[in-house]
Amino acid sequence: MRTTAVRERVGALLLIVPLLAFLAVFFLWPLWTMVKASVVDDTVSRVLPRTSVAIVSWDGQGSPPVQVQQALVEDLRQADDQQALGETVRRLNSAVSGFRTLLTRTANAVRDGKDASVDLASLDRRWNEPRFWLAIRDAVPPYTDRNLLAAVDLKRDANGTIVSEEPGASANRLIMFRTFLVAAIVTFACAAIGLPYAMLAAAMTGWKRNVLLLAVLVPLWTSLLVRTTAWFVLLQNEGLINGALQAVGLIESPLPLIFNRVGVVIAMTHVLLPFMVLPIYSILLSVPRNLMQAAASMGAGPLRAFWRVLLPLSLPGLLSGSLLVFMVAIGYYITPALVGGANDQMISSVIAFYATGTANWGLAGALGLILLLVTMILYFIYGRLSKSPQLVGA
Amino acid sequence: MFRAAQALFGALIVIFLLMPIVAILPLAFTSSVFLTYPIEEYSSRWFVELATADAWRLSIMNSLIIGSGATLLSTILGTLAALGMRSKALPLANLLRTMFLLPMVVPAVVLGVGMQMLFVNLGLASTYPGVIIAHTVLCVPFVIVSVSASLQGIDPSVEKAASSLGASPVTVFRRVTLPLALPGVISGAVFAFATSLDEVVITLFVAGPNQRTLARQMFSSIRENISPTVVAAALLLIVGTLCLGGLAALLRWRQERSALRAAP
Repeated sequence: MRTTAVRERVGALLLIVPLLAFLAVFFLWPLWTMVKASVVDDTVSRVLPRTSVAIVSWDGQGSPPVQVQQALVEDLRQADDQQALGETVRRLNSAVSGFRTLLTRTANAVRDGKDASVDLASLDRRWNEPRFWLAIRDAVPPYTDRNLLAAVDLKRDANGTIVSEEPGASANRLIMFRTFLVAAIVTFACAAIGLPYAMLAAAMTGWKRNVLLLAVLVPLWTSLLVRTTAWFVLLQNEGLINGALQAVGLIESPLPLIFNRVGVVIAMTHVLLPFMVLPIYSILLSVPRNLMQAAASMGAGPLRAFWRVLLPLSLPGLLSGSLLVFMVAIGYYITPALVGGANDQMISSVIAFYATGTANWGLAGALGLILLLVTMILYFIYGRLSKSPQLVGA
Repeated sequence: MFRAAQALFGALIVIFLLMPIVAILPLAFTSSVFLTYPIEEYSSRWFVELATADAWRLSIMNSLIIGSGATLLSTILGTLAALGMRSKALPLANLLRTMFLLPMVVPAVVLGVGMQMLFVNLGLASTYPGVIIAHTVLCVPFVIVSVSASLQGIDPSVEKAASSLGASPVTVFRRVTLPLALPGVISGAVFAFATSLDEVVITLFVAGPNQRTLARQMFSSIRENISPTVVAAALLLIVGTLCLGGLAALLRWRQERSALRAAP
């Protein structure tokens, strides 16, 4: 009996291992790579390993001791990776300008001179200034919070205290606020439409109910890109909506519906409405049909029966639907990118911009980490509320 | 009065949900270069464009290649895992299940950035295997959900009966479990293919110009210069999805019918 149990367990594990290994390599590892990129900063410490160790003992006053200077000379002599050296130079030069010429000149001199001991101060007087050494000391720790701070528009000043970025220098906080705002508006719109719609669908029977449900399911299984294309075409200035409104005579000139917040909210509400309707509907299906009749028989008017009976019963569905819509909405990329204007870009667009546009992997990773954490927290709450963490009703 | 308001509200929302999809489809047949009504003259020129223009033809081929690869890989991995998770002896079953569904939850851009960084180091960036692997990660949850649902519907006593009649575990699996789970496997594969067909964001990060898929091509042409070709492509996607869904439903129906006939 025991051996069969063991064999069954081993068999089950063997079936799971391929997918587990696949997801570990191609799902968890990419996420880990991204998180690492946001906190690891080993450009300088990789090129200057001896200096990194030696400079820790320096107190930051005056010139660093001889062994630190010797370590730097040795590091520069051994540095054979020109690309890595170039990155280090760029990194240090962004901290203190003038570092580019100083380090390039020193590196060339060190490499030309066969002699093991080189006097840095006589090579270039700037090595007497502590600020260059301080820049190296600040750059050598392999981990940094620079990107994480920059993601929320913070930075460290010369003393290492955390301060706000100058206004206008970076808009990450604004974009995060906008992401949550748009997601909240869309969630509210979905709830305002989805709750009565789900109640209506649950109250109907026969073909009426089927039509109402089909209208939710067809968009759900239609390609997201097709639906976004559709809204792009409909919302244009020459599009169907403006055309119809003008033909009826309601408006003189076309309403601006595309490349602004209105378009984004309309299109995202359309895309996400099924995620609100289906959880509420499935909760309402389990409500006994005669409950409302019972309320009525006890003297409650339709409004009171709704308020005291139906609404409280549908609250769990409303809550998990709202969480789902909000969670999906904050990560949206395609719809704002196509239907929104420059002022409607959400956090995903900014991540994509830093990653592909400027190759600033550290900042892209830090913003990605924030988005990932918020999504995971929401998913955790959602899983707790709805017991079965399933997003599709296959 | 209340009834009429109810009916009006229901009708309005049904129109809001369905109208966009229905309203743009006729525009695929316009002869004009503008996506506006009324359509003066009908023509199939945009479908000809879709089939002949290099960028579009290549992207359709790519979507089929990448979609098939991702469907095959995710169906195999997902079905095996779903079978494994059936066992009650499996430790940490809930944790595993959550982990397998997680690719559906993680924002696509986050996963895309991570994959781009990693794939460059692994030599998978801008390659067909790289894009197929990336799509497979996204498709797996759909296969798991679908196959698990159909496995849950299998009565364990049927399998017990088969083994008590002398069938080896392999025979039980091949002759009893798999045929009963097949509808779930097929609809999982259909979901997987549809997911791959519709994927844009991760493709933006991991694919090179040679792996441009249809969805990716649609995305960039809406961004740069929208033409009725995009709507023709959208029509193609809808018809393709409908055909696949129909095929899955047909197979399922035949399956159920033969199962009914087999059972006395």
